[in-house]
Amino acid sequence: MVLSNPGINTLFRAASLPPDWPGGFWWHWLVFTVIILAFVLTLVMGFIWFERRGMGRMQARIGPNRVGPFGLLQPVADAVKVLIKEDIIPAKADRLVHWLAPIVAFTPVLLVFAVVPFQNGALLADLNIGILYVVAVSSVTAVGIFMAGWGSSNKYALLGAMRDIASVVSYEIPVVISIVSVVLIAGSLSLNQIVLAQTLPFILFQPLAFLIFFIGASAEINRAPFDLLEADSEIVAGFHTEYSGMKFALFYLVEYGEALAISAITATIFLGGWRGPWLPPWLWFLIKIGAVFFFMVWIRTTVPRVRIDQLMALAWKFLFPLALINLVITGTEVLVWPEGLPWFLIFVNFAIAAVLILLWSKLFRLGWGRVEVRTIR
Amino acid sequence: MKFERYGKGIAKGMMVTLKHLFRHPVTVQYPEQRLHTSRRIRGNELVWDNIKCTGCATCAKTCPLGAIQIVTSVNAVENKYKVEKIEVDTGYCIQCGLCVEACPYNALFMGYAYERAKYRRAEVIQTNEALLASKERQPSGYAHPEIAEKLPEQTLLLERIFEEE
Amino acid sequence: MTLRTEPFVLNIGPVHPSTHGVFRMRATLDGEVIVNLEPVFGYLHRGIEKLAEERTYTGVISLTDRLDYLASMSNNLAYVLAVEKLAGISVPERAQYLRVILAELQRIASHLIAVGAFLNDCGAYFTPFLYMFREREKIVDLFEMLSGQRLLYNYMRVGGFNQDIPDEFMPALAKFVDTMPHFIDEYEQLLAQNEILLARAKGVGILPKEPAINVSASGPVLRASGVKWDIRKADPYCLYDRFEFDIPTGTAGDCYDRYRVRVEEMRQSLRILKQAMPQMPSGEIKSEVPHLLRPPIGEAYGRIEAPKGELGFYLVSDNSIAPYRCHIRAPSLLNLTALREMIIGWKVADAIIIFGSIDITMGEVDR
Repeated sequence: MVLSNPGINTLFRAASLPPDWPGGFWWHWLVFTVIILAFVLTLVMGFIWFERRGMGRMQARIGPNRVGPFGLLQPVADAVKVLIKEDIIPAKADRLVHWLAPIVAFTPVLLVFAVVPFQNGALLADLNIGILYVVAVSSVTAVGIFMAGWGSSNKYALLGAMRDIASVVSYEIPVVISIVSVVLIAGSLSLNQIVLAQTLPFILFQPLAFLIFFIGASAEINRAPFDLLEADSEIVAGFHTEYSGMKFALFYLVEYGEALAISAITATIFLGGWRGPWLPPWLWFLIKIGAVFFFMVWIRTTVPRVRIDQLMALAWKFLFPLALINLVITGTEVLVWPEGLPWFLIFVNFAIAAVLILLWSKLFRLGWGRVEVRTIR
Repeated sequence: MKFERYGKGIAKGMMVTLKHLFRHPVTVQYPEQRLHTSRRIRGNELVWDNIKCTGCATCAKTCPLGAIQIVTSVNAVENKYKVEKIEVDTGYCIQCGLCVEACPYNALFMGYAYERAKYRRAEVIQTNEALLASKERQPSGYAHPEIAEKLPEQTLLLERIFEEE
Repeated sequence: MTLRTEPFVLNIGPVHPSTHGVFRMRATLDGEVIVNLEPVFGYLHRGIEKLAEERTYTGVISLTDRLDYLASMSNNLAYVLAVEKLAGISVPERAQYLRVILAELQRIASHLIAVGAFLNDCGAYFTPFLYMFREREKIVDLFEMLSGQRLLYNYMRVGGFNQDIPDEFMPALAKFVDTMPHFIDEYEQLLAQNEILLARAKGVGILPKEPAINVSASGPVLRASGVKWDIRKADPYCLYDRFEFDIPTGTAGDCYDRYRVRVEEMRQSLRILKQAMPQMPSGEIKSEVPHLLRPPIGEAYGRIEAPKGELGFYLVSDNSIAPYRCHIRAPSLLNLTALREMIIGWKVADAIIIFGSIDITMGEVDR
């Protein structure tokens, strides 16, 4: 079976939704805005519930089960609790920046979903620069986080925010390079076209890119094992120390919203989006998002945290070279077979990925050692 | 050439966590489900038998904290001690059980119940009749094997959870 | 043009998010690196040594429970050995076997918490901690069957035990000893080879051999630095010379080695338990000791290998019903002497891990 170019595939074209469904530009915009808002907010609450119960079961205990059947209303209870809390602003804080920060951090999370296809052609705007838009917009969250750290007038919050910026900027690069490898195979930046091009899911063709993307994206959204900024072993709670009430809820939503966004993007570009037999396409989309998120929860439960210098070392010394090598190899493959990649390349790519990871594990050392210190008495 | 640190450790760890997902959790949903405590539990109150007690106050002397107060008077006719007041400060007591072990007449027992929280500090101090055994104040089998035999067996986590090896 | 930087003092305060009690570290930081460390403790001082002078010899046992509150049987054992040495009391063999069994069970329970808390500090989000507590629950259930309490047992007495073990204890213990090795294996599989744990704990907080001996470290901290010193072998008390067991030692003296030494010690304890259980004779459980003991004038030092290190009681008697002086050699306090040398040069996140790997209990440090 040859992975075909989207231009040749007319079967799916017929079933695609027209870009101004249901009746004109503004109705299309309204319907999809409502769908996206409902989708994001409901699924974020679902994710919070799923994480707490999933992590609980993996730790030999039950998660929350008192509020509502199976604890399903627990996120609602959390939301209500957070809403009735007092909104405290530090006295020396920069009020405008402090107030704007959660908004600047949360909006890109919603904006990312404008280009994610729920079904063939069912997206708010089928931009032909789809994935580039996603990368650009999701970087704005980092600005919001820095505004939070700066506006808090707290030394440790600023420290946490600066570390966050450093890690986000460092991990952008391998993530973007691995996305480029996928785009090379698919032949288009638009997310809908990427899904249409996946007769076989791209994770089979690009195992290394999937790994790099997943690790890099987990690091960008500060999820375990990279959650050193919210960890107890850090001195304070990082950039959102000085936040309470609804603003803190927004940061909390940002964390899970970004997890949802990353799951959606991973499902779209690596696992084949809404494609699948029998079941309706949006159901396949939800199943794939759930699978990716389950993997994130699983990793969070099992793996300890890395240190900040180990985090940087992982990005620059491990992921970045591997991403570059993967890009070169993918480029070569696409050059040799421009009509579509033959299936035996699956095995070739897996073999190359295994060799590279083994090789890098030999050559690469995580982090500094002990620093020689002139004793200060 | 030996390869290490390529991710195998993380993968093995994740298999363990996944296995736990399919096991029965060990949580007990209190207060709907309760476990049987030990037969010798040193629950946080004392139970006094005023018929066997002779007022010798060995328990008060043995208590490391002095949480037991006994005031007796002599019944000159029968030449016996009469216990006027016995007061136990259950808030001060550390439930060590030395008083129960020390009583030579088997007149003192530790309590079997453990949900004995009170709302006021004054209610924690118990005197005279409040120390007698009743339906809510069962004696436990600490240092009294004849009572321990009649109490229900302790629920052990070893028995409750079955795991395939 | 060089950038002028200034070290600043950070208070890693008495109230930790992680466990280990109320301990304060005043760290001088230069950027991210710790250049000086000043430990401040005493927040949990309760005057146990002074209180012991006002209680009878039997009453002090309930005080010794509260020293290392996570390993209460070991504290009782050390004190009771000291009093027996002072008064010259011999203990029947059944009681000695039972003491060995209880001490080893307590060692497993204490190491479970130590390892769980250490991994929690490393960041494995409570998962190993909860698994450890599930296993510790089984041990605590056994102790509850014996003494009636789950944390502060007050079970050992001078001369043996006051209450014999109930009939259901031995079968339950046998079942526990059979199922526990499988659990330790599963636990090893979870985190022992984890790359991130290796990166965070290997080579971190090294305590070399000579400084370890010089600061009087003892217990797993000393053994992980390569010194093969265990009081159960060097100065056997309570029939330990009848059992066969190894002493696990480490090579590098870093946090990872301390963690491995503790896990191996758990396995060796299971080995001792398997040997001790069938050998336990029937018979008396307590020798004749007066209710208010008056030892002859003198002094004695009784020590055991507690889970945290060498726990010793120095008792001076003046022939009254209470000790004249009771001094406690607390292993956690002396192991803390090495803290400053170990932490300097590492970062703040490492400081928490190194501190957790020494495994202290504030009840012992402050007494």
